[in-house]
This record gives sequence, structure tokens and C-alpha cells, in this order.
Amino acid sequence: MELALIILLPFLGAMLPYAVPAQKQLNITSLVVAVTSISLILLISQAPAVIANVPVRLAIEWLPILGLNLSFRLDGLSLLFASLILGIGLLIVIYAHYYLTNQDNRPKFFACLLLFMGSMLGIVTSDNLILMWFFWELTSISSFLLIGYWSHESQARRGARMSIAITGGGGLALLAGILLVGNIAGSYQLDAIFAAADAIRAHALYLPALLVILLGAFTKSAQFPFQFWLPHAMSAPTPVSAYLHSATMVKAGIFLMARLFPVLGGTPEWFIIVTLTGLTTMLFGAYFALFKTDLKGLLAFSTVSHLGLITMLLGLGSAGALLAALFHILNHATFKAALFMIAGIIDHEAGSRDLRKLSGLRKFMPYTMVLAAITAAAMAGVPFLNGFLSKEMFFVESYQQHLFGGLSWLIPVLATVGAMLSVAYSIRFVHGVFFDKVADKLPKQPHEPPLMMRVPVIILAIMCIGVGIAPMLFVAELLQAAIAVVNPYPYIVEVQLWHGLNLALLMSALAFLGGLGIYFNREELLSFNRQFEHHNAKDIFAKTVKNATNFCHSLINRLETGSLQRYVAALLILTIIFVLPEIYQITQLTGSRAQQPINSVAIVGAIMIMFAALGTAAFHHHRLQALMMLSVVGLMVSLTFIHFSAPDLALTQLVVEVVSIILMILALFFMPQRVPNASSSGRVARDILIAGFIGGIVGAINFAILTRPFASISDFFIEQAVPGGGGSNVVNVILVDFRGFDTLGEITVLAIAAAGIHKLLNNLRPFMPSSDADGRPWHSIKHPLLAKIIAQMILPLALMVSIYILLRGHNLPGGGFIAGLITASAMILQYMTSGVDWVKERFDYNYQSVVAVGVMIALFTGLGSWFFGHAFLTSWFTHLDWPVVGEFEFATAMLFDIGVYLTVVGATLMILANFGQMTTKHRPRQENL
Amino acid sequence: MEALFSITVGVLTACSVYLILRGRSFPIVMGLTMLSYAVNLFLFSTGRLVLNQLPIIGNQAEYTDPLPQAFVLTAIVIGFAMTAYSIILAVRVRGELGTDEVNAPSTKDEETSR
Repeated sequence: MELALIILLPFLGAMLPYAVPAQKQLNITSLVVAVTSISLILLISQAPAVIANVPVRLAIEWLPILGLNLSFRLDGLSLLFASLILGIGLLIVIYAHYYLTNQDNRPKFFACLLLFMGSMLGIVTSDNLILMWFFWELTSISSFLLIGYWSHESQARRGARMSIAITGGGGLALLAGILLVGNIAGSYQLDAIFAAADAIRAHALYLPALLVILLGAFTKSAQFPFQFWLPHAMSAPTPVSAYLHSATMVKAGIFLMARLFPVLGGTPEWFIIVTLTGLTTMLFGAYFALFKTDLKGLLAFSTVSHLGLITMLLGLGSAGALLAALFHILNHATFKAALFMIAGIIDHEAGSRDLRKLSGLRKFMPYTMVLAAITAAAMAGVPFLNGFLSKEMFFVESYQQHLFGGLSWLIPVLATVGAMLSVAYSIRFVHGVFFDKVADKLPKQPHEPPLMMRVPVIILAIMCIGVGIAPMLFVAELLQAAIAVVNPYPYIVEVQLWHGLNLALLMSALAFLGGLGIYFNREELLSFNRQFEHHNAKDIFAKTVKNATNFCHSLINRLETGSLQRYVAALLILTIIFVLPEIYQITQLTGSRAQQPINSVAIVGAIMIMFAALGTAAFHHHRLQALMMLSVVGLMVSLTFIHFSAPDLALTQLVVEVVSIILMILALFFMPQRVPNASSSGRVARDILIAGFIGGIVGAINFAILTRPFASISDFFIEQAVPGGGGSNVVNVILVDFRGFDTLGEITVLAIAAAGIHKLLNNLRPFMPSSDADGRPWHSIKHPLLAKIIAQMILPLALMVSIYILLRGHNLPGGGFIAGLITASAMILQYMTSGVDWVKERFDYNYQSVVAVGVMIALFTGLGSWFFGHAFLTSWFTHLDWPVVGEFEFATAMLFDIGVYLTVVGATLMILANFGQMTTKHRPRQENL
Repeated sequence: MEALFSITVGVLTACSVYLILRGRSFPIVMGLTMLSYAVNLFLFSTGRLVLNQLPIIGNQAEYTDPLPQAFVLTAIVIGFAMTAYSIILAVRVRGELGTDEVNAPSTKDEETSR
């Protein structure tokens, strides 16, 4: 429970700064201090249990199926990091209160800081790798916000973008690695992964998993060659740099390596990659730290160097090296946070952090100078300070390994060189700022900062000295608990001040002498360094991003040409590519089902369909002729249905065919009359090829289906149609009863399509030709008398037929759809033969309401069954005895079918009548809506 | 008979795909209409080709599968709605832009020349 609070408090607290008025600066800080302190106190209350090697656990099921649970653990390693995060976090908050100016948006700063703090705590306490990754990404996001805090400065924005691009990319790699590891272990819980450590190391995917996980860790911890984002992140406010880039975020990668060391570590691959990366980073960072003129830049490169040192220790992997790594994590966080704060103080009180401008500040800031001297000495590794101890341990480990065979001696030599550089830039930090002649061109008159701004630094400096003098007293228990988690074998922590006169001491002495030498000969080194051409990491990064963007742009330009034809062709080609391998797998196209014999009628019908279809495609430029051939296809399809025992389909297809061909002829009137020449022959050949492939695939699949036996679920429908649905036309019973909900949805779609068309036609003023393509005017007689009279005679007959079809639909071919289409086509015939005016005079309903009423009837019939305690759309039927007519069956499904009928009539007429009116004065306009 | 049927469906599909690949709206609408014929026949045939077994409960011993028929029936009507919508859309585009081409006017596609 306390564990949950420790992690949750910073997240909840992130809202608090916004809850108080922004002018009350002290209140905001107090709230944040309170949140951090409570978390820290809770953490300390848990510490005794953890140090006694009883991890505190918390598990809440979240998505157990995905192996993702909200499970947290507080073990020794977590405790070490969590106390750094909260302890230094608390000091940073106090420091930031004085650092931020009145122009800065304080709530935003503290909210982001707390968000970051919570995310970091989440990383170090997660007991589930996926959960840890989630917090890992949260730190990337919150650090992005913090680095880009001064979002009005382009430097800050650029630095923030760079850091999120690098760490975010690394995060993705890490996710891949976590998935691999979790897959091998069969779980993402840490315990299960630790248990499967041997299996993971022996697995074929060990190396890929290791590489991607290390990629994540190296990007986060700014290891070579990903170190370049860290110096650019210095555009953040100094408290952020002190917190993120010394104590916490950059340590997340280190934490990850330490956390997974029992699983991934100890192998030759691990040793070579991690050690060499660490070594390179250490030397690289230390070398460039020498030449930085920006105080924070110097510290950033020194951080890179120290992170490299820790990484190298983790790579060496012996118990002593692991202990040294953990110890140095602690020490580095202490002195580097203090040094960053001092850099911030100098910047704040002297107005500059440029080493070329600063000098001789000891007169104005004596206390700050003392603090800077102590912490920089800790960084350089001066005895009686904490940095000395871990550096000595590092030296011991560096010459105790024999992992590079005959070249193993290189490691202690290079380690000493790194330490020399470290001493040199530490001297530079203090000497360059506080000594030499007094600077005169500073933007501000330098003075000591407010006491409370110095207090966090004082606390850290005291810790440097305390740990340096009595390490066993202050940190032994913490380190003992942490090493127990990282190192698989029991190991007793013993940190001693005096090892006797050994090689390590000699290396330290050499480092100091060398460091002094380097510092006092820095001008020569500087001119040596100048002869190399230095590429600015920012420019390289910007160029890479620009190239990637340009590449994407050109790719999109090539793909998105605005030609719909190309899109369709591309989609179809893709379909062919994906379907062909599947088709290829069918070894036997012909199935076992007995085939029907071919009869001559079928042959004739098939030939007619195929000829008509080919004709439509071939002569599509002659639009009217093509349309006529298309109608032949439609009518033949209707005959096909009747041939294969589907009378309902045949009827529907027949009427739909009539209606849609009329519609298309109408549309033809508004289309350009002259169609320009055909496509290029290459295009035609390509399209024929695509069409042929698709047609072949569809035909083959169809044949394969047709010749295979099948088991249908329809037996139920056939058995239940009469007893359950009260109708013998099974198709109709399915439509209005068994699957009535489908039908309800479908008529709704129809209604929506009709409404959409109604909208499309509104206010449309199409060009209407007054003659045909050859310039011959339209015939003067618009409505021939004979057609008019026949049509008027047909109307009542057609209505009668449609009602008959509607009523009998439940038992014989027919039903609402067909009846509705018959009624609609009879009405359309009136429009065509007698004109819109004539129909309007006699029948001036608007069809929208017919559609609405139809859908309503169908819907309420369905809802009606609720009143009788049945499910939606349950039908009920009975047989009534009508005089004269005789026995008559009444079913609620009939009501539903009437709804369908009205919808179809309304929708069809809405489409066609509205469209037909385009040519008349009844054309739909805005005011008719 | 099955082979004949599937060849017919294949030819219908091929012709409709060819029409859909044209650069002007009217052939595309014709192609869509024809494609819905092909699809309907295809779906209908998943109940297999059965002669003289109407799905109407009566004196027969066996019935053809009514379920694909019910689905295809609604598909025919929906297909009509789709055809209608697309053709009216084409008319609207013609009214607004004065052309019936489906490619963006700026496209430097050889197809725009027809």
C-alpha cells in the first residue's frame, strides 16, 4: 500500500501546482516539497524491510491475458535508485524555487517535474518489464517537456526534439528486446525472467535481444555513439539538468543494465559490447569536456564520461565491479547534481556560464567557491571524498580483469587516462571560474545566492564528505541490499578508505599528476584539437531528420498522385499479390461434390451473359449501347437465379434491373455527350491483365467452392419456417423474422442512401443539353400519348400485383422488397410517360416521409414484441377466418414487411423522382428542404 | 454446369474490374453495377447450384439452402442503393467541376487526356 502511494503521489501531485493561484509561488513550492517529502518518508519507512532482503511487493491484475500486471517491487536496487530520485528530487525542488524567475511558468515546471519523478519511480519499482517500459516512455515524454520548458527558445525546442527522438527510438528498440526476452521466458514478470536466466542466455535469440535492449539503455544513458543528445539537452533550465542529466533519467539506462544483469549479463557478448562502449564513452566524454566553454556543456560531457565509467563497470561484471558501479551511481549523482546547481548559481548570479567570460569569482562568491571546490574534487576523485572511493574500486577492477587476453593491460592504462582528463576538467571548472584575474565584462555584478538556494548544494557537499570519510556507516547497508539483487552470488560489501600502497593508489596519483599536467598545458591540447574538423552533432541530426522527411515527401508524392485510377489499380495488384500464394496452395481445384450436367439452356444463357459483359467493357465509350448490354447482363442474371431455384432473387433482380437502368439512362443525360479517345494501348493492356487475373482468381475460387460438399446451418431455418415463423417461403421468413434485425439495418441503409442522394441533388444546376451529340434537337413530343395511356392503365394493375406479391410473400415468392420495387417502377413509368407535372398534380406526397414511416413501422413492429415480454423482433402469427376470402394468416412479420415495402417504395422514388425532376421546374432547391 | 457458372462469374468480374479501372465516372458506375452482379452470383452460389428445389416449404423432400438467397436479396437492393448513390455523385461532380474525370485535375497522368 505504501509502495503504491510512493509511486502514485508524484503523479497525483502533478495536478496540485495548477490548483493554487500561480502568483503564490511559495505555496506551489511548498505543495511540491510536501508531496516529495511524503513519498520520501514512505520510502524510508519501507527501507528496513528491503535492507533485510525482503522486497516489498504490490500486484494488481490489469491485463493478465497479455501478461501485463500492475506489479511493483521495492528491492535493494529499487531502493537505491528511488532514494536518489526522491532525495535529490526534493533538493532540486527547493533549488528550483529560487532559480526560476517571475516570468517562468511555475505550475508547468513543477507539474512536469513531478510527472517525471513519478515515471522514474515507476521504472525502478516495476516488477513487470512491459510496465517498466511504459514508465520508461513516460520519462521520455516528461523529459521532453522539461528540456523544452522554455519553449520560446528554438535551442530548447531543438534539444527537446533531439532527446525525444533518440530516447524514444531507443525505447522502441527496448520494447522489442523486452518482447523477445518475455517470449523466451514465457512471462514478463521479473521473477519468472530471473528464473529463466540460463534459458535466455542459451537461447538463439539471446544476441538480438541483448542488442536491442542495450540499444535502449545506451540511448537513454547517452552512451557512445548516442551521446550527442545529452549536451544539447543542456538548453533545459539548470534544475532540470541537475535532476535529469545527473541523477535520474540518464541513470535509467544504467538501471536497466543493472536490473537485467542477472539475466543478460556475464556472457562474452555482454562483456565485449558493454565494456567497450563504456570505455569509449568515458574517454570521449572526458576529452571533449576539456574543451567546452559552457559550464553546463562541460558538466554534460563529464556526465557522459562518468556514465561510460559506470557502464564499463557493469560490463566487467565481477562482483567487485558491480559494487563499484552501484557505488559510483550514488556518488556521481551526489556530486554532479551539486555541480549542476553551482553552475546554475553562477549563471543566475553572474549572468553568464561561459568559461571565457567567467573568472576570479572567488571574491564575490566565496561560499559557492568552497562548495564548488569540494564537489569538483569529489568528481576528480580526491581522497576523503566519495568520488575517490568508487574511483579506486574502479581502478582495482580495471587491472583485475583478464578478459582481453594479452591486451588486458590496455584497460587500466585507458582508465588512468580517463581519470587524468577527469581531474583536468574538474580543475578547470573551479580554477577557470573562481580564480585568475577578476572578470570585468560580466552581464551582472556577481554576488552570493540566497541561502536557501545554497542549502541543497551544502547538503550534497556534506554527503560527499560524509560518504568519503565513513562509507561503511552511511551507504554499506544500501549497497549491500542493492548488490544482492544484481549479483547472483552472496557478496559482503566492504568499502575501505585505505587499501594500502597498491596499484590503484598509484593510478590515482598518476591521474592527479597527469590531470594537472593536462590542465596547465591545455592551450597546446586546444590547438591540437583545433586541427580536427568537428561536426556539430546538432547539424548532423538536423540533416538526418531533413533527409528522412524529404524521403517521405518524395515517397508520398510518388504514391499520392491524385489519380484515382492508379490507386484502384495499385489496390487490385496488391490483392492479386496477396491472394495468388493462397490460390497456389489449392492442389485440387475440383472438389468431390457431384456436378450438375450442363444443359443447352444454360450454355446459351452463359454465352449471352459473357458476350453482353464483354460488350459492355469493350464498347463503354458508346455509353447508351454499353448500358443496353449491361441490362442484358442483369436480366440474364435474373434468369440464372430462377434456373437455380431462387425465385425471390429472380424477381428482385428483375425489378431492380429495370429501375437502375432507368436511373443510369437519366444520368446519361447529364453526362458529357462526346467521350474523348480511348486510353493508351499500354494502359489498356495493363488493365486487361489486372482484370484477367482478378476474374481468373474469382472464377477459380468459385469453382473450387461449387465443387466441394458443404454443411449448411440452414436446416434450422427450413425446419422452423412454418412452425416458428408461420410462413412457407423460407427466404422471406429469414428476411422478416429469423434475421429481421439484418433487414431492419438494411432498409435503414437504403433510407440513408436515399437521403444522401436527396442532399446531393439539392441546389445542383447541371448542364442540360438541348440536342444530341450530333446537334439534332430533342423530339418535340415529350410524352407520347400512346405510352401515356398504356402506362396509366398499367398503374392500378401494377399496384394490385404489388399488393398481392406483398401479401403472399410470406408463403410464396414475393415480399416487401419485391412489392416495393414493383410499385416504385409503376410510379416511375407514370413520371416517364406523363411527366413530373402530371404526377405532381395527382400525387404530391414527399417521399422522405414515406421512407421515414416505413422504417418506423419496421422498427416499432420489432419493439412491439417487448410489450409482450419477448426479444426484439420476435414475431407472432395467427390464422383468421375472413368472410368471402376464407382463412387468412396474420403475422406480425407482415407488419414488418409492410415497413420494408414502404421504405423501398419511398427510397426508390426519392432517388428516381428527385433525379428526374432535375430537368423540370420542380428541381430541388434550398427552400424546399 | 459448375465450370460454366464459375467461368461466367469470372468473366463478369474481369469485365467489371476493367470498367472500374477507366478514367471517367460513367464506365466506373457501370463497372460497379456489373461487379455487384458478379458478387451476388458468387455469394448465391455458396449455397451450391441446385435445380428444382425451391426454398418454399411444400411437397418436396429437399430444399436448396435459403440463407445465401436471403442475403443476396438484401444485397441486390443495397447494390441498387450504391449504384444510385454513385451515379448521382458522378452527376453532382459533373455539375460542380464540369468534368466526369475521376483523377485530380493536376494529375500529370496520361489518362487525363481522355
